[in-house]
Amino acid sequence: MIWRAGGALAVLAILAVFPLAVTNAAVTTIAVDTLIFAAVAVAWNIFSGYSGYVSLGHALFFGGGAYTVGIAGRAWHSTGDAVFALLPLAGAVAAGLAVVTGVFALRVRRHTFVVITIAFFFIAQITASNLTVTGGSSGILAPSPNWDAATFNNPFYYLALALLVAATGASWLIRGSRFGLQLRAIRDDEDRAAGLGVRAMPVKLAAYVISAILTGMAGGLWFYFIGQALPQFAFDPLFDLSVVVMAFFGGLGTISGPLLGALVIEPAQQYLTLQYTNEYLSEILLGVLFLLVLIGLPRGVIPTGAEKIASLRARRTRPAAGAAPPGEAPAGATPGGAAVREAKP
Amino acid sequence: MTALLRVSAVSKAFGGVQALDDCTLEVEEGAVAGLIGPNGSGKTTLFNVMTGYERVDGGEIHLDGRRITNLAPRRVFALGIGRTFQLTRIFPRLTVMENMLIAVPRSGRRHHPLARAGGRADRRRAADLLEFTGLAGHADALADTLSYGQRKLLELSYVLIADPRIVLLDEPAGGVNPTLVHHLADRIRELNAAGRTFLIVEHNMEFVMGLCGHVTVLDSGTVVASGPPQIIRGDPRVLDAYLGTAGEDDDAAGR
Amino acid sequence: MARQVYEAVADGILGGGVYALMAVGLTLIFGVLDIINIAQGILVVLGAYLSYVLSVHLHIDLFVGLLITVPVMFVIGVAIQWLFIRPLRGRDRASMSLLAAYAVALIIEGVLYRVFGPGFVVLRASYVYASVHLFGFYLSDIYLYGFALAVACVAALYLLLYRTRFGRSVRATMQDQTAARLIGIDVNRVAALTFGIGVAVTAVGGMMFGATSGGFNPNSGYDLISRLLAIIILGGLGSIGGALAAAVFMTTAESLVDIWSPDWAVVVFYVALVLVLVVRPTGLFGRRAARAQ
Repeated sequence: MIWRAGGALAVLAILAVFPLAVTNAAVTTIAVDTLIFAAVAVAWNIFSGYSGYVSLGHALFFGGGAYTVGIAGRAWHSTGDAVFALLPLAGAVAAGLAVVTGVFALRVRRHTFVVITIAFFFIAQITASNLTVTGGSSGILAPSPNWDAATFNNPFYYLALALLVAATGASWLIRGSRFGLQLRAIRDDEDRAAGLGVRAMPVKLAAYVISAILTGMAGGLWFYFIGQALPQFAFDPLFDLSVVVMAFFGGLGTISGPLLGALVIEPAQQYLTLQYTNEYLSEILLGVLFLLVLIGLPRGVIPTGAEKIASLRARRTRPAAGAAPPGEAPAGATPGGAAVREAKP
Repeated sequence: MTALLRVSAVSKAFGGVQALDDCTLEVEEGAVAGLIGPNGSGKTTLFNVMTGYERVDGGEIHLDGRRITNLAPRRVFALGIGRTFQLTRIFPRLTVMENMLIAVPRSGRRHHPLARAGGRADRRRAADLLEFTGLAGHADALADTLSYGQRKLLELSYVLIADPRIVLLDEPAGGVNPTLVHHLADRIRELNAAGRTFLIVEHNMEFVMGLCGHVTVLDSGTVVASGPPQIIRGDPRVLDAYLGTAGEDDDAAGR
Repeated sequence: MARQVYEAVADGILGGGVYALMAVGLTLIFGVLDIINIAQGILVVLGAYLSYVLSVHLHIDLFVGLLITVPVMFVIGVAIQWLFIRPLRGRDRASMSLLAAYAVALIIEGVLYRVFGPGFVVLRASYVYASVHLFGFYLSDIYLYGFALAVACVAALYLLLYRTRFGRSVRATMQDQTAARLIGIDVNRVAALTFGIGVAVTAVGGMMFGATSGGFNPNSGYDLISRLLAIIILGGLGSIGGALAAAVFMTTAESLVDIWSPDWAVVVFYVALVLVLVVRPTGLFGRRAARAQ
């Protein structure tokens, strides 16, 4: 437990000094992008990873946050640092969207839920393309930041890092809490959990809203960073798939899994897009990678890794016989997840 | 001796099938009651309507005088009826301890939702119960890793942590080795001695006759016999329900 | 004005037939395998491109070309299920299957972009532009043929499901996989073949889509799949009759809204979906929600 906290602090320290050590703008740009996606992946996991309801429409909140900062920034003529002050507003708008869509979407089964999130996402994209306030298909331009070009990326970098820390902190708090326990019970057997007193709807909705707020703020930051919001990019079908791949790759339902996934996959994606300007290749590779992860590493790197470590450790120490009920063989010679399983009924 | 749980003239149909037909039974407080009957007689359906997983078409259900007909499962559980399922329902990706904590009822004081899952007192109670049923060594294991019999014990354990007034067990001995069956029967006896009421659905006749003080027989949705196990054992109507009268019902005989 | 409305309704019904065909395949796959084949949209586009290649490079008639594209798409469907869906393990198989289908869709889209580029193409045939004068308005020939074809295909599917032994196996697997296994049905084979059939109808749907869409490219898959998903959810997951009814209903509604505002017409699809689900979470003809997820 202690070395886990130490490990987290070490990672944080590395991330904190990274832009001071590496000044190559191309690299730090990818780094900012990665951190933003990492925050979104962790936020996505807070809802979908813990509750088991796969959302393929989180782009709704991301784009919603982006457009909020764009519209508000334009209305209030914000420039420079003042634009960052709009991020909480982006989060609030995303929260509102989550409540409005969640009360409908969370009433249906998981299959239907996935599709509904897609539907809401498309509604958002079409709406953004058609309304004048959102600039239609031309979108909205962000104000130009007014700080030093040499360290241009730094404010974005540190804000993204702060957002990532906030998201990870929230994920950690939730996982250890009663709220998180109820979420995960819902994931395993919602009906049974409800029968035992868990109020499924408020619990799911709360997770959905928290996830949305973080994603919305990430979207607002991203908008300012890349300088514009266009319907097809603010609401990008590939967005959700990338986030899902990251979460699955790292480990669905874990705290650090999505973070690891983002740190690995996003820079790789960005690099591929730069190397092969033919972006269709990155699409194909993303699809292939996802299939490999799903088939070969379904629980993700972190849980699989933890299991391997646990079984290695167990093999070295003598197995302790658990206090088993009479007549039952101990559940397995090894503790933890590597136990022998009997055939399920 | 008061009737803790009273089912009065309950009916329930699924499409064309009358699963429960004017069914009436009572469970006295402090009893270990058995519910037996051939497959399809409506036992699980009866459990489902008692615990709110199905709505009745007609009739009433009372718990300690209070009407609980058609209440949601959550309400029924909170009022003091705990139940297990024929196909054991546990939370596979939570640990055994976490499975216990889910069922802990929310105390009167409003707890902060982000508080640690399960306070010290709750955890101690959970640990005691796990010790009692024999799962203490697995508290931190994922429920997924438990054997079939251990899962049944876990389901019983987490139902108990809510301190229910009556526990409904749906085939607790089904598919479990004889040693574990004895272990289970002993635990039930101990709990009953401490005052807990049980209603048990079972096919294992030895289990039922040896454990239950009162047995009700269900056939085609109605109660055909009710009384102490020795009487039930010899009642021709019970044999008839299970085997069918010779010549009258070829299908039943062939089953 | 009234004339416009009648035309819109007629267009809607005829167009609905084509969408119904694609949607039926999708709902069949869900009913048997319990997964949402989110690749169906891009598979339709693939079918359209196959028809395009046959028509433009080999000068084979669009309808005759179906004799080739249908079996090809069938094989592709079986391959997808066998290679990418069947090996999935774990508790979340349903979700993972959907995501696997999404990944496959992405790969197919990328490949189509690389092979054909982003430019729009159209399926041409002499009869695509011809129309017949009926009841006072013009109905395009191609739509009529397409509708007839859709009816024929749905009838064929019905016969397959209700009059053949294989169809009985499929229906049994739909109702209870374990029971089906116990009576000797090779559930894996049924799953693979059903997926193949569900995809094979996209060959027909694809040809019709290519001929009536006024231009398509690899990106057309997104719009298609969102419509198809909306249709099968509205109709009730697993209900073939529901898919038919929902397809006709939605295309007609969109057609009508199009009279007033073409930009917003497509939103009708999604709004209708959301509204129906508010009232009936299982869709118009859906089965009651199962106990577990």
